[in-house]
Amino acid sequence: MNTYAATLERAPAALRRLRVHRRRRAVLGTALLGAVAFALFVATLTVGTTYVPPLDVIASVFGLSGDPGVNFIVHELRMPTAAAALCVGIALGVGGTLFQQVLRNPLAAPELIGISAGASLTAIAGIVLFAWGGPAISLAALLGAFGGGGLIYALAWRGGVSGYRLILVGIGITEFLLALVAYLVARADIRDAREAMHWLVGSIGQSGTGELLALACALALLVPLALGLGRTLRALELGDDPARAVGVRVEGARLGLLAIAVALVAFATAVAGPIAFVALVAGPIAQRLLGAQGTALAAGLVGASIVLASDLVAAQALPVALPTGVLTGAIGAPYLLWVLATINREGRGG
Amino acid sequence: MALGRSNGALAAGLAALLTCLLFVCALSVAVGSRSIDLSGVIEALTGSGVDSTEQTVVRDVRVPRTLLGLLVGAALGLSGALLQGVTRNPLADPSIMGLSAGAAAFVVLGISFLGITELSGYVWLAFAGTVVAALLVYAVASFGREGATPVKLALAGAAVAAGLWSVTSGIVMTDVDALDQIRFWQLGSLAGRNMPVLEQVAPFLAVGLALALLCGRALNGLALGDHTARALGQRIQLTRLGILAAVTILCGAATAACGPIVFVGLVVPHAARTICGPDYRWILPYSLVLAPAILLAADVLGRVVVAPGELEVGVVLGVLGAPFFIALVRYRSLAEL
Repeated sequence: MNTYAATLERAPAALRRLRVHRRRRAVLGTALLGAVAFALFVATLTVGTTYVPPLDVIASVFGLSGDPGVNFIVHELRMPTAAAALCVGIALGVGGTLFQQVLRNPLAAPELIGISAGASLTAIAGIVLFAWGGPAISLAALLGAFGGGGLIYALAWRGGVSGYRLILVGIGITEFLLALVAYLVARADIRDAREAMHWLVGSIGQSGTGELLALACALALLVPLALGLGRTLRALELGDDPARAVGVRVEGARLGLLAIAVALVAFATAVAGPIAFVALVAGPIAQRLLGAQGTALAAGLVGASIVLASDLVAAQALPVALPTGVLTGAIGAPYLLWVLATINREGRGG
Repeated sequence: MALGRSNGALAAGLAALLTCLLFVCALSVAVGSRSIDLSGVIEALTGSGVDSTEQTVVRDVRVPRTLLGLLVGAALGLSGALLQGVTRNPLADPSIMGLSAGAAAFVVLGISFLGITELSGYVWLAFAGTVVAALLVYAVASFGREGATPVKLALAGAAVAAGLWSVTSGIVMTDVDALDQIRFWQLGSLAGRNMPVLEQVAPFLAVGLALALLCGRALNGLALGDHTARALGQRIQLTRLGILAAVTILCGAATAACGPIVFVGLVVPHAARTICGPDYRWILPYSLVLAPAILLAADVLGRVVVAPGELEVGVVLGVLGAPFFIALVRYRSLAEL
């Protein structure tokens, strides 16, 4: 009896210690992920046909370098790719983890529930049927992604949207759209088919500045918004009824968060094509590294790291230059598998 | 849900579905780009016909194609039901779990590095790819004390799928010939697979189907959750391994024969569950009959709509399956697994 009372007395202190420990782990982990993403960003600006030392790169990025040669290489040649990789990665990471948390399913990634497929169909139709190029394709992809998202939400609506129904409808729409894409690719001229495949795989650094600027604006607007809604998001994760019980307007909150996620993914897809897998793995990796807190930002940083690393390998380390999307899977997949395997061995996995 | 539906009613429903399946099979033998009237078809089948071309078309093209559709459809339906049951995830299907990606990666590797261009060569490659992907997924997911839990299986499957997709797309981007072949293979089709392909995959499909049909009781146990299943005396790791082995054999052989055909494995178990409730001892036989009926009906439709050309069954299923599936999702309260 005495020991029981003593345990009860100690419980709040233990709980507080656990909370402090968790928060410290989340902050430290996020900082570490930020450092990794920044290092990869600098590395992207450093290597290439001419090597620029990292310190010169950092100086040039912050406008402190007087060397016009260095400034030209860093700002004109390499910055578009590096910035695109960074932005696309953050957008996919944040967007993907929003989908997974709002819909409460680890498989609810935009490439599996119809957002990327919508973009793919309009873009491939543009390439194969109308021989469009550049900005027209990006615009088509943007509209396609929004169209896919809207269609899925409308079809899943039945006096409200359950996450489960939305995912199932999304999968159905994906199969539908991808069947049409595969048909277009198979019937196209082989050169068009190759271009279509190139777009479908997704690559960084081929888009114009206009698209990149649009993505950057979307990020600046939507990522703080998503982070600000973190509390609502955590309530939604508990399930609809508990969320309602703590005062969340479930339907509105879900629609808002999904709209943010769709917009992030749509702008990223317009810039780089439907780069696979980043949105799917970023959330789970961040969650397993940091615990449950602060995962949207961390997921964005994980996404950025994956895209930056993939682009570095694709552009520098391989004998033939390949589109970035070839490597996001090759780099992200083993990492997710490793995280799953090691953390499970310690008995913390779920 | 249809929890209270009696065994008698369910058996009658199954018999009705079986009749539908037979009718679709008959259609599949009778309909094609070359129009042969019914008496001609019957003569060709019984061997009493005089027109040798018609006999060849019916016997050597349409009958093997129908048989293949039957077997492959059954395999896809059952593997989808098993996979959704064992991962307790309504989204699990062979493509999401990385199995089709494994098959595609191996086929592309074979085309690009071994110079294989024959359909009969793809069969073994696709089969090997499916097995490798399944082993990888299961090995990764089963690290740790609690073994291969549904969430870990789903995540590991998605990860393996993405890694293998990288291999495929990397090769395809550098090798135009491989792209030219894989873009047709990955549509998924029953066309052009004649007797040799059927003979190659039939033994695997037979073994897989037998294994799968024995899993009903075990799946019912797993559906209650790991703890309850264990409390009921089930050896859950062993059960999972057995079920996944059946999935691998079925899905591997089906993909090997026809390329990746995705919709059947996803839709049919849901449809079956809507009809007969959560009991896997009924879901499995319903899937077994419903899936080939849908596959063959889609195949027949593909032969008719753009005649004298032909639309691949994968395309037909994608376009027609989606509205059906979405209607199912909207107007029936599907069970969360």
